[in-house]
Formats: sequence, structure tokens, C-alpha cells
Amino acid sequence: MSLWEYANPVKFLSLSARLQPFLWGAAALGIVVGLGWGFFGTPDDYRQGSTVKIIYLHVPAALMAINAWFMMLVASLIWLIRRHHVSALAAKAAAPVGISMTLIALITGAIWGQPMWGTWWAWDPRLTSFLILFLFYLGYIALWEAIEDPDTAADLTSVLCLVGSVFAVLSRYAVKFWNQGLHQGTSVPMATGGRTVSDVFFYPLVISMIGFGLLFLALVFYRTGTEIRLRRIRALIARSKRNL
Amino acid sequence: MSGVSFEVAAGAALILRGPNGAGKTTLLRTIAGLQPPLSGHIAGAHETIAYAGHADGLKAMLSVRENLDFWAQVFGQNDIEPAIAAYQLQPLQDRLAGTLSAGQKRRLGLARLMVTGRPIWVLDEPTVSLDTDAVALFAAAVTDHLTANGSALIATHIDLGLDAGSLDLAQYRSAVDLRIGASDEAFL
Amino acid sequence: MIALLRRDLLLALRAGGGFGLGLAFFLIVTVLVPFSVGPQSDLLTIIAPGVLWLGALLACLLSLDRLLALDFEDGTLDLLATAPLPLEAALSIKALSHWLTTGLPLVVASPVLGVMLNLAPGGFVWLVASLALGTPALSVIGTFGAALTVGIKRGGLLMSLLVLPLYVPTLIFGAEVARRGATGLEAGTPLTLLAGITLATIGLMPFASAAVLRMTLR
Repeated sequence: MSLWEYANPVKFLSLSARLQPFLWGAAALGIVVGLGWGFFGTPDDYRQGSTVKIIYLHVPAALMAINAWFMMLVASLIWLIRRHHVSALAAKAAAPVGISMTLIALITGAIWGQPMWGTWWAWDPRLTSFLILFLFYLGYIALWEAIEDPDTAADLTSVLCLVGSVFAVLSRYAVKFWNQGLHQGTSVPMATGGRTVSDVFFYPLVISMIGFGLLFLALVFYRTGTEIRLRRIRALIARSKRNL
Repeated sequence: MSGVSFEVAAGAALILRGPNGAGKTTLLRTIAGLQPPLSGHIAGAHETIAYAGHADGLKAMLSVRENLDFWAQVFGQNDIEPAIAAYQLQPLQDRLAGTLSAGQKRRLGLARLMVTGRPIWVLDEPTVSLDTDAVALFAAAVTDHLTANGSALIATHIDLGLDAGSLDLAQYRSAVDLRIGASDEAFL
Repeated sequence: MIALLRRDLLLALRAGGGFGLGLAFFLIVTVLVPFSVGPQSDLLTIIAPGVLWLGALLACLLSLDRLLALDFEDGTLDLLATAPLPLEAALSIKALSHWLTTGLPLVVASPVLGVMLNLAPGGFVWLVASLALGTPALSVIGTFGAALTVGIKRGGLLMSLLVLPLYVPTLIFGAEVARRGATGLEAGTPLTLLAGITLATIGLMPFASAAVLRMTLR
């Protein structure tokens, strides 16, 4: 049995229905434990005080903001190459989740930055990159909304996602070149090889990140299901009109 | 549409008939290579086809001659005189295309086919807004084209007086309504 | 290909073709800047390179929706898609004619506007160089945006939303060259990066634009 069988909308819906309760449950558990432990079970930072605890919202949201775009890129490629409708709809479904995560990251960043840097907003490379990512999400969603034919919309948004990804990476480096910035180094160990936060902060952060990841998955499954049902209803209406 | 199958030999023409919405335009655009077929296949290369749809691709701010010259150059041809002569465009050739009447524009659009130098003409409602004389000019041009071993596929409602087979698309109305897109069937 | 270029240039020059509109817009935006920030010449000196780059970018953007929309409406794009000329080449030519009618006049006019904004004397060469190298990328990227939205009714605003984020790298490097040049800093590195972006977009974007246009014409 191949993985591609789930590209069939009906098969996907049944799989999604079976998976979703576990995903929602695990996501809720991860977020409650991660945030609860992070907010109430960790000591204040000696330099940043309790302000540091916003990290448990900020970092997972930022991580998922990027991963959501990456997932849309993969789904777009699958649509362009294999033309599975579920893939195109999953990309469409992920975009609003991604833009929400980007917004959460930007807003929590501003709230964190105000006491730390003394300003709500600074044209720091990371903040600026996220702002650009936000604009890309906005354009992608607007393009989906503007095109009536669903297959053409899927085609055009997929190419936009591909081209946008290249330009997003380019912008990232351009912005780094443009301003060196005051954002603190990454807190995620995979990126740097060495850990920059100590264990007490790290474990709840990882749990929170897993929770956000699961929440993203659950939302995408849920929203993709909605999109599939929407197309199903359209097809059914069209069929009943024909049979009249 | 489903189950349509036909072949047009060199030197022959085929008239497509059918009520509005039967899929004539879709079929012709598919044959011209502007959209991929949902299923089935088309023998013959797109590079041999000259397509003329509802719009003529004329620029209002260019003269008749400049419009024709442009398309002739795009298709790698040089001589536009036969095309101008065939549709009696000589008196109009230095007027801006924007000042022409609808029928005159259409004649210019059809003259464009002759400067492509391509053997297969795929025409979607070519006689719209043409008067009787202009239809006769058009029929003569098609006949000449066929004599020169070209072929033509024409969707039209009027009788052109051509020696050509005809095919009624009404009988091929398929179970799938093309307007919702066949892709939506995957969701049922 | 030359026929297409000649036709597009001819159309731009004839009445209603829109040649010079971008230039006029560039002029007006630049003239409005001192009204909005005040007439202090030292302040203008600081912001001049950035303002001129932003003005050039917006002037390019505004003329984009004419680039393909007119040809789409009158059926020219359908016919071009069935012509022997590859659509990639046709779109490259369209981008080139857009640059010749919009980008190039901006490059030529920028020193004059630089004088009006009190640009530092050392900055003129770098401003012209950065615009000359950067505006072709704006035209090519803009062609992609125009191809994406050509089938959409009233797609102009949407096109701006899609194209502006794609302009970010070009704007950053281009304005950086002009800014560093004006303040006497070394500007070779951003200039090289800007040239890299321009060459890469000229080489690759027409393929994306043509792919998108074929999807729209279906």
C-alpha cells in the first residue's frame, strides 16, 4: 500500500478523521504542559527577569511560521508534479495557519523586545525577515482568493510559492547584509550545534514546540478536510443540476 | 465532451457545428495547443496550426499593414501582399486598425492566417460580423488554401458553400459538465 | 523577436501607449518628498538615494499592469502562444521593452532628480550605476507578477501585493549601493550582489513567467 493512496480525497478524509482526535489531544497536552511548565515551573532569568518566559510562545510560533511555508512548498511541488488535489488543498489550508503563527511570532517578539531593547519594533534582520515572510503569506492567500477556477488557482499559487521561497531566502540574506541587528542568537540547538539556553528552560521549550507542531498538523488536517468537503459539495450540486 | 474522434486530411476541410456551449471553442483551443486535453490525444504538431479565435489580436494604434507585418515576421514570413489582396484590404492598408469597422477588423484578423504560412487553419466562428461579400472572400481564401494542400477546421453556424465534411458536436455532450471542471469528479 | 520588440516600442510611443507615464510619476513622487519631510538640504542629502530608488521602483510597478493586460484582452497572447516564438522569449522581449520604455528613462532622469534632492556629489555615479543594473531585474520580476494576475479582473492591486515582496532583495542591494556611494563608503560588494540578482532573474524568471502564463491562458 503506497502513501499516495491518501491522495484520494475520500481516503484522506477517513484517515484524517481517525488521526484528528489524537492530534488535537496530543497538541493540547503538549501546549498545556509546555506553557504551564515554562510559565510557572522555571526560574526567572537573572538578566531578563520573567520577561524571558514569552520565549515559550515566541520560539514555537516562529518555528512553525517557517515550517508552514516549507510544508506549503513541498505540497505545491507535489501538486505541480503529481497533480494530487489533496496536496494543493493542504497547501491552501496551511497558509492561514502559517500567517497566524507569523503574526504571533511578530507580536510576542514586540512584547518581548519592548522591555529588553526599549522599543516595540526595530529593523533587525530577524524581525524584518519575518515581516517579509508575512507579506509573502499575504500575497499567497490573496492569490488563492482571487482566482475562480480551483485548478488554475492551485497551479498559479504553487508557482508563486516556489518563486516566493527563492526570493524569501534571498531577502533573508539581503536583510542580513543590510543590517547586522540586535536579536539574540537562536535558542534552538539544531541550528547552532551548541545549546544557548540551559536545560531548565530548554525542556519545556521543546515540549511547547512539539505541541505547536501538533497543533499545526491538526489544524491543517481539519482545514484540508473542510476544503475537500467544499469541493465535494460543489461537485454534488453540479451533478444534481445536470440530472434535473 | 466525450467520444469525439475525427481526422482532417491535407487538402480537406471540416466544419464543426453544435449549439452554444457544446464545447466547440474548448475543442479548438485544445487542438491549437492552448490547453491540455482532459483525456484523449491529438495527432499532429501544434507547430503546423494557425489558430484564430474570437479576438483578432490587433492593435488599435497600428495600421493595417503594420499589424500584418508584425504577425508575418513573428511567423518568419515576409510577403503580406497576397493576404492584403485576398481580403481586399488595399484601400485600408494605412488606416489605424482602431478606426476600422468590426467587419473590416475581422477581415484583417483572417488575413493574418495567410501570413502565418501554416498548413492547418483552426478557426473559431470566423464569419462573425462579416457581410455577405466578405464571407465570399473568406470562402475563396479557404478554397485557395485547400487547393494548396492546406487543411482547415472551422466552427461556424452559417453555410460557407465549401466542399467540406461536417461534424455535429451536439451528440457528444458528455456526462461531465465541463464548466465545473472534470477534476471535481475526483471528489465524489 | 525583433518584430515583437519593435511593435511594443512603437505601441508605447504612439498616443495612449503610456510611454513617459512612469517617468512623470517618478518626477512627481520625488518632487513631493521635500513637501513631506521638509526642505532642510542636509536631511534631503541623507535620504536622497533611498527616495530615488523607491520612486523608481514604484514607477516600474505602476506601468506593469499594462504590460500583458492589453495583449490578453485583444487576444494577442493567445496568438503569441501558438506562434513559433517560445513564450519564454516573447516574455523576455516584453520585459525588455518595459525596461526600455520605463526603466531606462528613469536611469537617465535620476541625476537631475538627484540634484533636486541635494544628493552628495560622489553619489551620482553610484546612483546611476545601481539603477542601470537594478531596474532590469524590476522589469523581469514584474513580468512574472503581470503574468500571474493577467487573467484576474482588476488584478492591479493584487499584482502590487505579489510583486512588492519579490522586489525586496533588489531594493535592498540597489539602495545600499546608492547609499554607500553617496556617503563615500565602498560600494563594490552590494553592486556585485545586485548584478548577480539581475542576471539570475533575467536568466530564470522568464521560465516561471511563461509557465504561469500558459496556465492562465488555458
